[in-house]
Amino acid sequence: MSMTVLTVDDSRTMREMLRLALADAGFRVVQAEDGIHGLEVLQAEHPQVIVTDINMPRMDGFGFIEEVRGDQRYRGIPILVLTTESDAEKKNRARMAGATGWIVKPFNPVKLVDAIRRVAA
Amino acid sequence: MDPLAAIRETFFQECEEQLAELESGLLAMESGDQDPETLNAVFRAVHSIKGGAGAFQLEALIRFAHVFETAMDEMRSGRLAATDPVLKTMLRAADVLADLVRKAHGGDDTEHPLAAGLAEELKALSGVAGADDEGGEEDWGDFEFQPMAVAMDGAPEAEGPAGFVVSFKPRADLYAKANEAALLLRELTRLGPAEVELDAHDVPPLAEMDPEAAYLSWRVTMTGEVDETSIREVFEFVDGDCELDVSPLGGVQADAEGAADAAFDLSALLAQAQADAPPPIAVAPDEPMPELTPEPAPAPVSAPVVALNPTPAPAAPPVAANETPAEAQAAGGPRKTEAGAGATIRVDLDRVDRLIDLVGELVINQAVLAQRVMEAGLARASAVAMGLDELEQLTREIQDSVMAIRAQPVKSVFQRMPRLVREVGAMVGKPVRLVTEGEGTEVDKTVIERLADPLTHMIRNAIDHGLESPEKRAAAGKPAEGVVKLAAFHRSGRIVIEVSDDGGGINRERVKGIAIEKGLISAEAQLSDEEIDNLIFMPGFSTAAEVSDISGRGVGMDVVRRSIQALGGRITITSRPGKGSTFTMSLPLTLAVLDGMVVSAHGQTLVAPITAIVETLQPKAEDVHSLGGHARVIAIRGGFVPLIDVGMALGYRRDPLEATQGVALLIEGEGGSRAALLVDAIQGQRQVVIKSLEANYRQVPGVAAATILGDGRVALILDIDTIVTVSRGDMRKAS
Repeated sequence: MSMTVLTVDDSRTMREMLRLALADAGFRVVQAEDGIHGLEVLQAEHPQVIVTDINMPRMDGFGFIEEVRGDQRYRGIPILVLTTESDAEKKNRARMAGATGWIVKPFNPVKLVDAIRRVAA
Repeated sequence: MDPLAAIRETFFQECEEQLAELESGLLAMESGDQDPETLNAVFRAVHSIKGGAGAFQLEALIRFAHVFETAMDEMRSGRLAATDPVLKTMLRAADVLADLVRKAHGGDDTEHPLAAGLAEELKALSGVAGADDEGGEEDWGDFEFQPMAVAMDGAPEAEGPAGFVVSFKPRADLYAKANEAALLLRELTRLGPAEVELDAHDVPPLAEMDPEAAYLSWRVTMTGEVDETSIREVFEFVDGDCELDVSPLGGVQADAEGAADAAFDLSALLAQAQADAPPPIAVAPDEPMPELTPEPAPAPVSAPVVALNPTPAPAAPPVAANETPAEAQAAGGPRKTEAGAGATIRVDLDRVDRLIDLVGELVINQAVLAQRVMEAGLARASAVAMGLDELEQLTREIQDSVMAIRAQPVKSVFQRMPRLVREVGAMVGKPVRLVTEGEGTEVDKTVIERLADPLTHMIRNAIDHGLESPEKRAAAGKPAEGVVKLAAFHRSGRIVIEVSDDGGGINRERVKGIAIEKGLISAEAQLSDEEIDNLIFMPGFSTAAEVSDISGRGVGMDVVRRSIQALGGRITITSRPGKGSTFTMSLPLTLAVLDGMVVSAHGQTLVAPITAIVETLQPKAEDVHSLGGHARVIAIRGGFVPLIDVGMALGYRRDPLEATQGVALLIEGEGGSRAALLVDAIQGQRQVVIKSLEANYRQVPGVAAATILGDGRVALILDIDTIVTVSRGDMRKAS
């Protein structure tokens, strides 16, 4: 069975680009628009990997990662942070919150898939 | 469509939404909104545009958005205060951003004439003026992973010994972030031949074991053609969460000895690594890693994991960054919060229109059926009649619900106005504030689309002609900043839109003077204030002579009135000297149905739009005067209006109906001109479904559309303006 990837991003454009790249690589893609929605989808879809944006309404990426890591059921799921921020501060905050790795937007689809394979069995 | 092209379209659609959010957010901040979420939303808007632009390599857009975003970020971090001048700059920047987006959408990714200047202003705000952060390009040119800093003290030389020794000791943090030692080792072995040795020396006796701790370390000897950068890249994500040493092979042989006694063969090691590494944290016992086989070496630590509470830190789930989810939800941006996740779908407009069309048919069919049943003489209480009543109610509900699909908040047209106000205000040198109300008021999409032009014109007019100059305002004791208000609300099944200003009001002397001078009224005419105010809607009132750059463009208020009337609407003005003017438009909520007066003329059933009818009256012989030929006028309250026989105008009969035999509908047509339509009789008033005649037959002068009545017959809907205009022409010829 193909691996399920949850993408969390408030931008429709970005969600569609992620879907395109990930579906092409054979992943099953489920999507959410912000952190809160992400937690809902997480519960319903049991993804093996999460790719999340940082800047989002309602619950941002940091909050989302903390929620996931704080939940015994999900804490083992690798989370890649997808963000346009290349500055170290954002990346570090995401890592402090428990992010497994990061991808700099705009992403290269091959690198994205590589990164997912690198953190997920 | 190529999927990327489709995403590109999505991007531009989304940009429009972001731009709207950006502008409304900035305007809210300008009027004192200090909610941090507003600022966040505004930041996100620019940020998302930049993100998408990056994906499509729209360089000019990226560069400008980057500078804009930097300034926003300064504001968000509190280093830049959201003062009025700062917000004004941001609003202008938002306008340029909007232009750049639209240019890019049209395939033109070149510089905007104002972009460079505004970028400098924004940089000055961010405190990065001059020497900077050419930012955009460097950050964006590289779409790859950011290479990590590499300590190259042991850089491999061309002739040097191929290979490296990698010492890797994860810390507990590495597992806590769901990284996997096993996966890293797997990744490493993919780079080339590798010998992996496990060091399990630190593993304590079971009783003392902390399930959250990391006890294992590895030593990997890579003998293939690998370079240090690739090796370090494998550990990119775990930098800081492990002890890592990468040394060239040779010269470090001695170190290898340390772990030698713990060495096993490679495959056993990998199996061991996979079994050992994950348990402390990463894998919940009920969800084994997919590649993990349960058999090999039941890890000593796996049992305690089940028994112990694996959550070390917070017992309660941690709270989101600043707020609880509930609060975050309450404070969230209006769009997202209201819509909620997955609460909306996008539907092709054609499908909705098809549905509306079908429902129109259904309504007609139901009416036909009702009439047949009535004609059959069935008792009201019969099962058929009662069933029909229910059907009628259902049909009406379906119709309302379907119409509601096409309904949209007027926000989409209102939100184009702030920019217009800024630009026009700047052009005529009048500071203006736009206040909007009732943006959520819904009306049919077509009505909204056709509102943009008249509204634009009226707002231009309000600023250019309505508001006084700052000096005059000061003299009148008013604040220098003029206020233009745009409001929408529902009233008795219609939408009412008001455009008002707090300017000087209509100069009635001047308006009357112009009207006399242009021959629109006679010099002796006694007009009420209201009548004078409404003169501005007369065709020919505004002429090229007073066309200014702003409100002119050769378009007068008569054109505005005509376009509102074309929508089945009416427009009036009220004005108070020194206080300002208000234009009030009342429009139908949909163009698919029409409130009609059903009349008959020479045996034909016709429908007149009720909105055009001022009153109905029974002509008296003494009020009707012939002008020769068939042309007649009728006296109504001291004035004369042309009396037009509808039956003749549409060619149903050659000789006019005796006025006293019929009923006259006093109507107000184009430009406020009045006329009386003579028909044989009035049958009643009802809502009719509009069917395009053009689409089904062809355009017929004097006929706007058609409908199907309850008895199944087609009835034509009158195009009152054309009938009046044509008859006037005839009348002139006649007289």
